[in-house]
Amino acid sequence: MTSAAGLPWVQRVKETPVGEVPIVRTRLELRDRLQNFLVRLGINRERYAVPPGLYGIGDPDADSPVLVTSNYKLTLDALRKELAAVTCWLLVLDTHGINVWCAAGKRTFSTTEIVGRLEATRLEALVRHRTLVLPQLGASGVAAHLVHKTTGFRVVYGPVRARDIPAFFHNKMKKDRDMRTVRFPLRDRLVLIPLELVLALLVLVAGFLLVAAADWILHGILDFGTAFRDFVPFLGAVLAGCVLVPVLLPLIPVRSFALKGLIVGILLAALIEWAYSPSLVDGIATTVLILSTSSLFALFFTGSTTFTSVSGVRREVRIAFPVLIPLLVASILVGLISKLVALHHIS
Amino acid sequence: MKMRYLRNTVSLSIDRESCIGCEMCIAVCPHDVFLMEAKKVTIIDRDACMECGACARNCPVDAIRVESGTGGVIPVLEEMMKKGKAD
Repeated sequence: MTSAAGLPWVQRVKETPVGEVPIVRTRLELRDRLQNFLVRLGINRERYAVPPGLYGIGDPDADSPVLVTSNYKLTLDALRKELAAVTCWLLVLDTHGINVWCAAGKRTFSTTEIVGRLEATRLEALVRHRTLVLPQLGASGVAAHLVHKTTGFRVVYGPVRARDIPAFFHNKMKKDRDMRTVRFPLRDRLVLIPLELVLALLVLVAGFLLVAAADWILHGILDFGTAFRDFVPFLGAVLAGCVLVPVLLPLIPVRSFALKGLIVGILLAALIEWAYSPSLVDGIATTVLILSTSSLFALFFTGSTTFTSVSGVRREVRIAFPVLIPLLVASILVGLISKLVALHHIS
Repeated sequence: MKMRYLRNTVSLSIDRESCIGCEMCIAVCPHDVFLMEAKKVTIIDRDACMECGACARNCPVDAIRVESGTGGVIPVLEEMMKKGKAD
């Protein structure tokens, strides 16, 4: 436990019957906020873990409740900043720096990990009661009845959101419908967009280089202005899928994500056609490029939502991929050929 | 606003015979899919289910069936490629 004692978010160390336990701060400092901001951009995201084990908040004793969580720093921060008024123990599981819900899906937030961590920390010698409060979203990785059978600790699933924890304890550990329901409000969708864009960056750079190279070959000069103009429809389509679809998500009146992308793509294509007024062939190629790209990127957003089922995504992938991928490739080829033909006519 | 994914696609089912009415599934469901009806649980909003599997895993009498997994394109493609290799 001494390894955690020197961490900047640890306030002090408490002597207990099971050894020294770090007491964590409940206020995030500038350093925490800055690091969390960078993680949202994908920077250092894979190595943002805290040492697993036992921690405390306030001045906990043998009767204080035990809250179980994951060892992703973003998760620990979201939790501790809501617990200023809650004296408790925190049992941090080793989820390899992954958040509770995803770790439960990957089975690192699991019955086995809880059983092992209880043994390693000797929690039974620290507290008099036999209750663990788990985040509700950990439930897909944990079988409460098996934890109880193996360790004697009863599992109570707390609220979905950390900010409801004080009310949950105040309410004698009872949850109302609101506390146990996952929503996906605009704010939650917005924080995901930077990472979607960072992940799309490689595709955008590759797309731009392809357009620039094609222009160069066709015109004999490398003109980034022209290249950018030719690149705008693709850039727009990626942004439509990665930004507009997440933002407008519940407002687009279809359930399929591929179709959501298609609808936003149609609006974008109309705008581009109006702004560029291209030739017929070029116009069709551009429209197909925009529709297939925005539809594909919208479909990829299913992986970041809180409500898409694997059966549904399987069905969409099976139907949409065999249509969208050939259309995307064909639109790129037709676009290039139409340019070549136009050039041939001029000369 | 409650968001729902594709209609009639979810693999969730309950064996009402074995249900003991402990309400564990209700406590863990993030989308309010279940409701108690005559001391046993019933599915009231199937399309809202995201197949996280929390209900099935925490049912002490194994009365719930759901084919759980991660609802994203990348895990689905990985799974399809694995299957393709196996065939």
